[in-house]
Amino acid sequence: MKKLKYNILAFALLLSSVVIAQQTPASKQTNAISIEGATAHLGNGQVIENSLIMFNDGKITFVGSANMKIARQGNVMQAQGKHIYPGFIAPNSTLGLVEVDAVRASDDADEVGAMNPHIRSLIAYNTESKIVESMRPNGVLMGQITPRGGRISGASSVVQFDAWNWEDAAIKADDGIHMNWPSPFSRGRWWLGEPSMLKENKDYKKQVEELSTYFAESKAYQASNKSPKHLPFEALQGLINGSKKLYVHVDAERGITDAITFTKQNNIKYLVIVGGYEANKVSNLLKQNNVPVLLQRVHSKPKNDDDDYDLPFKLANELVRSGVLVGLENAGDMERMNARNLPFLAGTCAAYGLDKEQALSLITLNTAKILGVAAKVGSLEVGKDATLFISEGDALDMRTNKLEKAYIQGRDISLESHQTELYKRYSNKYKN
Amino acid sequence: MIKKTLLFVFLACTINLFAQENIPKNDGVKTISSNYTAVTNAKIHVSPTQVIENGTLVIKDGKIVSVGANISIPKNAVVTDLSGKSIYPSFIDIYSTFGVEKPKRPEGNSRRPQYDAAREGYYWNDHIRADQNAIDKFKYDGKEAKKLMEAGFGVVNTHIEDGIIRGTGTLIALNSEGSDANRILKEHSGQYLGTSKSKTSKQAYPTSIMGAFALLRQVNMDAKWYASGAAKEKDRTLEAFNRNKNQVQIIEAGSKLNALRLDNIGDQFNTQYVFVGGGDEYEYIKDIKATNGTFILPLNFPDAYDMENPFLGNSVDLADLREWNQKPHNPKILADNNVNFALSTYKLKDAKEFIPNLLKAIDAGLSKEKALAALTTIPAQVLGQTSTLGTLKAGAYANFLVTSGDVFEKKTTIYQNWVTGIKNELKPMDNRDIRGDYTFNIKNTDYELTIKGEIEKLKAELKANDKKLGSKISFNDDWLNLTFSTVDTTKQEFIRLVANINNTSTFNGKAIFPNGNEASFTAKKSEVKTADDKKEADDKDDKKENKLFPVTYPNMAYGFESLPQQETLLFKNVTVWTNEADGILKNTDVLIKNGKISKIGKNLSASKAQIINGEGKHLTAGIIDEHSHIATSSVNESGHNSTAEVTQEDVINPEDIGIYRNLAGGVTSIQILHGSANPIGGRSAIIKLKWGETANNLIYKDAPKFIKFALGENVKQSNWGSTNTVRFPQTRMGVEQVYTDYFQRAKEYDAKKKSGQPYRKDVEMEVIAEILNKERFISCHSYVQSEINMLMKVAEKFDFNINTFTHILEGYKLADKMKAHGAGGSTFSDWWAYKYEVNDAIPFNAAIMHNAGITVAINSDDAEMSRRLNQEAAKSVKYGNVSEEDAWKFVTLNPAKLLHIDNRVGSIKVGKDADVVLWSEHPMSIYAKAEKTIIEGVTYFDINHDKQLREAIKKEKNELTSLMLQAKNKGLKTKPIEKKEKAHFHCDSEF
Repeated sequence: MKKLKYNILAFALLLSSVVIAQQTPASKQTNAISIEGATAHLGNGQVIENSLIMFNDGKITFVGSANMKIARQGNVMQAQGKHIYPGFIAPNSTLGLVEVDAVRASDDADEVGAMNPHIRSLIAYNTESKIVESMRPNGVLMGQITPRGGRISGASSVVQFDAWNWEDAAIKADDGIHMNWPSPFSRGRWWLGEPSMLKENKDYKKQVEELSTYFAESKAYQASNKSPKHLPFEALQGLINGSKKLYVHVDAERGITDAITFTKQNNIKYLVIVGGYEANKVSNLLKQNNVPVLLQRVHSKPKNDDDDYDLPFKLANELVRSGVLVGLENAGDMERMNARNLPFLAGTCAAYGLDKEQALSLITLNTAKILGVAAKVGSLEVGKDATLFISEGDALDMRTNKLEKAYIQGRDISLESHQTELYKRYSNKYKN
Repeated sequence: MIKKTLLFVFLACTINLFAQENIPKNDGVKTISSNYTAVTNAKIHVSPTQVIENGTLVIKDGKIVSVGANISIPKNAVVTDLSGKSIYPSFIDIYSTFGVEKPKRPEGNSRRPQYDAAREGYYWNDHIRADQNAIDKFKYDGKEAKKLMEAGFGVVNTHIEDGIIRGTGTLIALNSEGSDANRILKEHSGQYLGTSKSKTSKQAYPTSIMGAFALLRQVNMDAKWYASGAAKEKDRTLEAFNRNKNQVQIIEAGSKLNALRLDNIGDQFNTQYVFVGGGDEYEYIKDIKATNGTFILPLNFPDAYDMENPFLGNSVDLADLREWNQKPHNPKILADNNVNFALSTYKLKDAKEFIPNLLKAIDAGLSKEKALAALTTIPAQVLGQTSTLGTLKAGAYANFLVTSGDVFEKKTTIYQNWVTGIKNELKPMDNRDIRGDYTFNIKNTDYELTIKGEIEKLKAELKANDKKLGSKISFNDDWLNLTFSTVDTTKQEFIRLVANINNTSTFNGKAIFPNGNEASFTAKKSEVKTADDKKEADDKDDKKENKLFPVTYPNMAYGFESLPQQETLLFKNVTVWTNEADGILKNTDVLIKNGKISKIGKNLSASKAQIINGEGKHLTAGIIDEHSHIATSSVNESGHNSTAEVTQEDVINPEDIGIYRNLAGGVTSIQILHGSANPIGGRSAIIKLKWGETANNLIYKDAPKFIKFALGENVKQSNWGSTNTVRFPQTRMGVEQVYTDYFQRAKEYDAKKKSGQPYRKDVEMEVIAEILNKERFISCHSYVQSEINMLMKVAEKFDFNINTFTHILEGYKLADKMKAHGAGGSTFSDWWAYKYEVNDAIPFNAAIMHNAGITVAINSDDAEMSRRLNQEAAKSVKYGNVSEEDAWKFVTLNPAKLLHIDNRVGSIKVGKDADVVLWSEHPMSIYAKAEKTIIEGVTYFDINHDKQLREAIKKEKNELTSLMLQAKNKGLKTKPIEKKEKAHFHCDSEF
């Protein structure tokens, strides 16, 4: 039955789209849906075997056991042997800001200037990106779209991946401001004949002071009559009143420590460490100060020859064990197309110490909490958005991450993409 | 005063001795002296192995006439008594740039690449400069000469340190008096070579060290061709190269890896290079020994890192910490292994650093005899000058040092450095040793004076009324000056003493007070000596630190203490992924013996086998990565659009931590491919990841021959910026013509070669002809279907097949054509969108090609992803429903087939190499870990051993860190933390 449906769909697509266009956003949920019998991975650490999940009008209305004698609402879907997950969230992402890495015209991720708190990623987010739609077949249904570059890059926004435009996409606009913490190392200036070595960054202190001065100026501005208006300082205000979080991108032990001091000194309410290669060395400090970490790409090389080969694989486990709230991010080389591998980053964390459900939290509820959207998304809990999917098997393992259905805010979204369409087109070519 | 006059007369004589016989003279009458010079009663080190106590040395005309204990001194000799002094042959530095200015970059800042040579009438490549001669650039540098002479050097062989072939050196005597007429000992002395380009030219080729090696080979061939008289045009470079052939060939290798690589090249052309080393030769001492080359060693031993800041200190690699401990031991280790070596000031910032560093090497165990040989007889030997240089035998140049004692002791002073019979005075010799404790009384105050330090640099400590007084001492020509603060330290006043010392047990002098009054005093020496005892104790302390940290294979974190050995291993009750008709066998035993898969079955037993319990675990063939850029020092030679002459085998880097990490991901074999900078790239190296072995041992025996080709954006330089728009081709249209052109030329070349006519041997053409003759296979970097189709058509026109399309992201669009052509596809699992040409790349590519009957592999092109290729294979299960067994072959048997090594590896089959991996669970599960990675029965990775190594690394780093902190505390020089950036190579990497 299912197969037939797919074929019809494929046929329809072949007819309708010679020029391949992006998937049409799904229409609003009109009927309640009940999914029965699947193993539900709630995202909060819990698993319900033989579950019953119901949602209506875009919101989850029931999460429990299928053994419960309760009326199934709307369309009932039998999903025995299947797995159901809350949609995965890709934080610190440039999805929709860049389409093709090597094509400059398609790159909107990095604005000129060092101090850009007023820059907003949301308005550049391209809902029609072919890369964004390729996230969905792997269960990555939301992301935090984040600008790059400078000392203060600008403001990110949390979006869902099935929308007509950026306004529809927004789950939380301008959720936080991103800052690139000064590096403890500087590079040899090869153009001056210096060896291309990393050396101590002699300007580290100066660069930190520049930030302190900037924030002090901003504080003074907030107390003034604000005339004339100072756009960047206006944007910083949210950090003080807590409407925005401060995301500090930093790897080094010392930098993390200094960033924590910095946020305290400047009365910044919420600090999130992004990257955190050395966060395990200051895990107690992070815990004491309730500072969560969006941990760097798990599938990366250790930074030093001497590091354990599996250091990036096991960092999440070490942090979680120390009581730090951890989510996974994926910035780096080819980060956009690679973001669809987010579930497998979590899978690797499970291979290297974490319980599978804990690992799942790293890309669902933990991330939602860190981004401040846990009231709406991140887990299968009543009242939250029905942003979820059904997978044939364990979604953290590539062999079994096979989506059959996915919903964003209850909308039954397409799992097709530019890529699946090419797949079908050429598979058919050789069949004939 | 008398002394000075004597010196003058003496100098006048010697200079006249060298003067030409008949030249006009307008400043006086002509005086010709035929006097001898003799030094007597010295301890003469005639050679490293011959010492004469109380010897006499007779010199005339700049050369040694006789040397011995009981030789007669001619009557007309000026005799100097050197009782108590030692004489050594002056040192020789044969890798010097003395008096030769470093060439400068040409003016202009055009960023447009230059592909052709700037010179006319010379070789086609500007970086080959056999035609240049150091003598033409030489200008005596008195200041530098003095520094070198103070460091003990009398003669240097200087050269133009620029280019890959640098032309001849010149042998120079450093004497400050006289002129170039007696300094230039030999105009053309040795030919110098290196691996870096000439600064004088912007010609692009070679952009890589790989290209430099290839160029070196081609020059040798071209020179032979030229010598045969067959060349049509004049080439002054090749003429010079052929002229210089009989000279010693000194090549700047700069590292052990390069020395081994260059030795391979030397062997090919019957040239035994003398290698300028990197100071790291001890790390591969056996292979270094096997080169049979003489090494010229730098003594630039690293300073300790300043480890005070733990944040920064943590980031220093173990290898770099070890280097500080180990490098001073390099000369000793070479000596112990009978490797011939000379020592040089190469790489030292200042010649002044030479002796202190030499003493470090001696402290580390280098024998003084070997040290002296390395500075005298061996360099003389290298230059073929043993009769005139390096010893103090009759007939040799009178180049010698007069020292206060053993020249290899810290306390020793070099007083004089005689070069070609000319005395260069460095430090006054006749200073008395006035060190000791003295007492004297001035105006009813008793003073206690201690004089210590070096004779040439005395230090004074002065006490009165148990109070220490600030003081400053100098002692020259027997006159002592001592200035010290008065006892009343509230005033800034000083008393000055002056005394003429003729007798060190007691002397008289006068004191001048701040008010100008004077008083006389008598100082008496007390007998007790304490300073020396203390010094000896200090020396002992130093010795303790000379513990050599173990050298591992490779010499870095995770290296083996000794190379692991082949074992007989029996895996019991394991799930075996055979990749053969047997499929996946549960509860099966596998016996590994003599490096091969010996038996597969149930209930196997074998005596002496180590049993490995495989319950719940999976055993597979080792992963093979068809497209890797780890374990190499260089990826791209982008200086030409075709670089078939370069090969990855020249630049294998066995010390890349990527090897270890790939082993930890279950990878056992890789193809190191050239990058994609040009349509015709370089040749591959197919290697096994035998961590700890040297480059030559990693390469497959009788490795199938492969070459990298590339299509698309990279070869047309689409993403290289707006200045790189002049190299052909800039469009896909041009790419076809590049191929057609080269294949056509190679065909014609090959035909000529086979016809027996004389031909110019051209490596590039040879290699391309191998493709036409089906002896070499192509792995072509490819994305877009149009050009893939094109290359297949070009190949068909020339009657051969493309073996593999690598990347092949649009392979799914023409899988039928590939199948018909017979090409394999080695692709990424899911990469796309990183450039324009990969817009249509889909993760279902592998599945579609596989279903079309193509041999499909999944590759990495990435040092990180390569260690998770098992997961990448699993993606083909997700994308396209490939069966698990087939998907697993994508990273094992299929790449083996594509690489033509499936007769040896790629499956678990009796008789094949025992390259296997033990996985903690289903090998394609994201939760699987490689627990053991075995190559030919040798366990190169073991997850438990890895845990031990982690502990050992931590411990050793802490130990070295403490030692460095101690070094800093003791006042030794430290250097700020710096960290080498490890290159992460992809196809697009520029070097």
